[in-house]
Amino acid sequence: MVGLRAAMPDGSVSAFGRALPALAAATGFAWFAGFVPQVAGGAPVELVLPWVPALGVELAFRLDGLSLAFALLITGIGALVLLYAASYFRADRRLGSLLLTLLAFAIAMLGLVTADDAITLFVFWEGTTITSWLLVGFDHERAAARGAALQALLVTAAGGLALLAGLILLGGVVGSWRLSTMTALGGVVQGSPLYPAILVLIVGAAFAKSAQWPFHFWLPNAMAAPTPVSAYLHSATMVKAGVYLLARLSPALGGTGLWSGLLVPAGAVTMLLASVWAMRQTDLKLMLAWTTLMALGLLTFLLGIGTPAAITAAMGFLVVHAFYKAGLFLAVGMIEKGAGSRDYPAVGGLARAMPVTTGAVALAALSMAGLPPFLGFIGKELVYEATTIGATVALTAAALAANALMVACAAMVALRPFVGARRSPKDTPADPDAGLGAGPVVLGVLGLGFGLAPWLAEAWLVGPMTAAVAGAPPAGHLALWHGVGPALWLSLATWGLGALLYLGLDGIRDGLATVEPRLPRTEGWYDRGLAGLLALAALVTGAVQNGRMTRYLRGTFLAFGLLVWGALLVGTGGWPATASAIFPIDVAIVAMILASIAVVLRTRSRLTAIAALGGVGSGIAFVFILYGAIDVAMTQLFVEILVVVFLALAMVRLPAAGDLPFSPLNALIAGGLGLGVALALLAVLATPLDLRLTEFFEATSYTQAHGRNVVNVILVDFRGFDTLGEISVIVIAAVAAVAVLRAKVRRPR
Amino acid sequence: MKSLILSTATRVLVPVILTFSFLVFLRGHNAPGGGFIGGLLAATAFALVEKADGLAAARRALRFRPESIAATGLGAALASGLWGGLGAGHFLKGMWPLYDRVGSHLPLGSIPLFDLGVYLVVLGAVTGILFAFEATVSAPQGEDD
Repeated sequence: MVGLRAAMPDGSVSAFGRALPALAAATGFAWFAGFVPQVAGGAPVELVLPWVPALGVELAFRLDGLSLAFALLITGIGALVLLYAASYFRADRRLGSLLLTLLAFAIAMLGLVTADDAITLFVFWEGTTITSWLLVGFDHERAAARGAALQALLVTAAGGLALLAGLILLGGVVGSWRLSTMTALGGVVQGSPLYPAILVLIVGAAFAKSAQWPFHFWLPNAMAAPTPVSAYLHSATMVKAGVYLLARLSPALGGTGLWSGLLVPAGAVTMLLASVWAMRQTDLKLMLAWTTLMALGLLTFLLGIGTPAAITAAMGFLVVHAFYKAGLFLAVGMIEKGAGSRDYPAVGGLARAMPVTTGAVALAALSMAGLPPFLGFIGKELVYEATTIGATVALTAAALAANALMVACAAMVALRPFVGARRSPKDTPADPDAGLGAGPVVLGVLGLGFGLAPWLAEAWLVGPMTAAVAGAPPAGHLALWHGVGPALWLSLATWGLGALLYLGLDGIRDGLATVEPRLPRTEGWYDRGLAGLLALAALVTGAVQNGRMTRYLRGTFLAFGLLVWGALLVGTGGWPATASAIFPIDVAIVAMILASIAVVLRTRSRLTAIAALGGVGSGIAFVFILYGAIDVAMTQLFVEILVVVFLALAMVRLPAAGDLPFSPLNALIAGGLGLGVALALLAVLATPLDLRLTEFFEATSYTQAHGRNVVNVILVDFRGFDTLGEISVIVIAAVAAVAVLRAKVRRPR
Repeated sequence: MKSLILSTATRVLVPVILTFSFLVFLRGHNAPGGGFIGGLLAATAFALVEKADGLAAARRALRFRPESIAATGLGAALASGLWGGLGAGHFLKGMWPLYDRVGSHLPLGSIPLFDLGVYLVVLGAVTGILFAFEATVSAPQGEDD
């Protein structure tokens, strides 16, 4: 990614470069669309690549009805959004990075919804978290955008950790990482004593990702993102990842009292809370964010009910919502571009000046309000059928209230900017160019077209989705006319109630605005948690990193000494037996080392101490030479030389050493560690040597690696991967050291 | 504190050390030696130049920036890994294109390339830190003296 950005030094993107991402997404859409007949026929497409065979982890992908519908939404809406973004940020030098990050997000999202391996799913899940963090914080020079991005990252990444834990437990219970196996073995999962833990972890992850109460606050804050990002991530795709996960795993986890006990209340609270607060907003984009929360709450609520009718309703509403909400987000961006503001008191009467925008908003808002013959009407009928069949009156009432508030919100976005006296920050409001208009218009027309031909939506999208989740075809058919029944009466009540709410909109909004400051902030727990975490980090850092080298060394050696003595005292290794024969040369070397140590301890000059330390190292090098380890001896000698050079440099800048006070504690640690290591080495010598590896290397070094120096062959061939890691660390350490040292030079004195 | 003796000795010693370091690197294949030791040895040669003739002379003697040398080394090691990965399907798999051809037994291939990478990384990292260190230490010292 960096390389591509570097290729465009001034940050501008050519016309071809602007269109390329949208083209790529459209190609993806066409490719996925080609699978529709096969998948709708009930035959999922699978692709499995080996990844970590030792752990049974595979790059497994599976395209069933649910995955395919999501893939079509991601690529189709993605193409429109990428086209839109290219126009929206036409003159912005950050366009290149925005398009690349959006594309990276789209790929992560595609991986998420097509993954059939739990670990693959998790990796792509985290990929969407990270790319969405980058996208929310796109205006990284604004502190508010950075804060919102961090909040979205922390909340969803904490959910990601819960997901990993839940999936690992689930994989352990089922004995496979395949999601398709997990969903086929629902009985095994629900019979396991780990079921409650698995459920809570996975549901928690889904709630964090799909912004369910009490994690919902990050989504309205994430509106700090640019409009195309919000339209894509925060309405059509990423926030639905949690819902996707719940739908995907509902055959494995769903249908129990605990499942509905978690999902139904959380979904109901989210949708009611969100639809009330949506009325409070004057910023149309923020209002849409709250209504998105409402939609996510409704989806969770329906999945929690879990009846075939509820699952059909959830899948239907998911498709409906993706069409109208992404379109509305994009259209609100058009209002902002064309008229200069997206706050409805600031804009009004734009219908004549911005006809395309008006039409696009009207199409989407009519679907949102659930009026026939739009797809939204069918979606709402499905919801009411789900809540009236096999659910309680309270749930029906909750759905009714939320839908009525949604009608009022749809009226707000469709009427407030366009009717009444004309006012706008821009003197001559006008429709923005076609690149911006295409997306909302296409999505709006699709909402109408699928409403008029609901059998297409059922055959291509909703039917296969329901079949994938519920294991059975949809309960009933998607149709505009269901006959006179409870669902129709509820629809009529919704419109009436919604109209009343819209008429009282200003009063409700001002009332909510007055009580808002007096209510407890829902994100209070997040703020307190973050502050507490930072305080804890400061405390730990202050205690551990006090900046004194002697203290670090003491801690390191103390820990090392304890480990060595612990191994000696409780370990299985034997104590040293008798030592082998001692030669005069050994005595001489030991005497040299001891003399050097005595000099180090007694001298008052640092330079003498360094030279004497070199003596210790040379003595050890002699031992290596005597016992045949020429490589090690050479390395030891060169390292000693370089250490002396480095230390001599460092010493120049230090004040004179003077007399160092004798520290009994340091002496004890040093003596204890030295004795412990000596004993441990003797103990190692006393145990019989396992020669299997040695024999293997001796036998294969020349025949397989064409080298006779076994040490080097191990380093660069047999264990080459380790060496690659080591030299990477060396390079990183060197770059860091050079950077730190240079910063020191440049710092003004 | 320039020493004429050290400076003159350096002029003779450095080519010898560098030649020796390269030989150590080459013979590492079949006898004690190799990229790590060779790189350390080469680094001591430049440390010697730096001590005798100063930082600027040492940088000139090295010709390339130490960071670039280290990065090239890492790149060579990665390239060696990719060579095996693309050629034999296993990252870092040893590739010996000349070995069996007409009985030449010429030990040239991806593994010596990897070892060369180690050599360059060690040389670049050690001299890089050393030079930066020297710059830090000697920069303020000029004012003190």
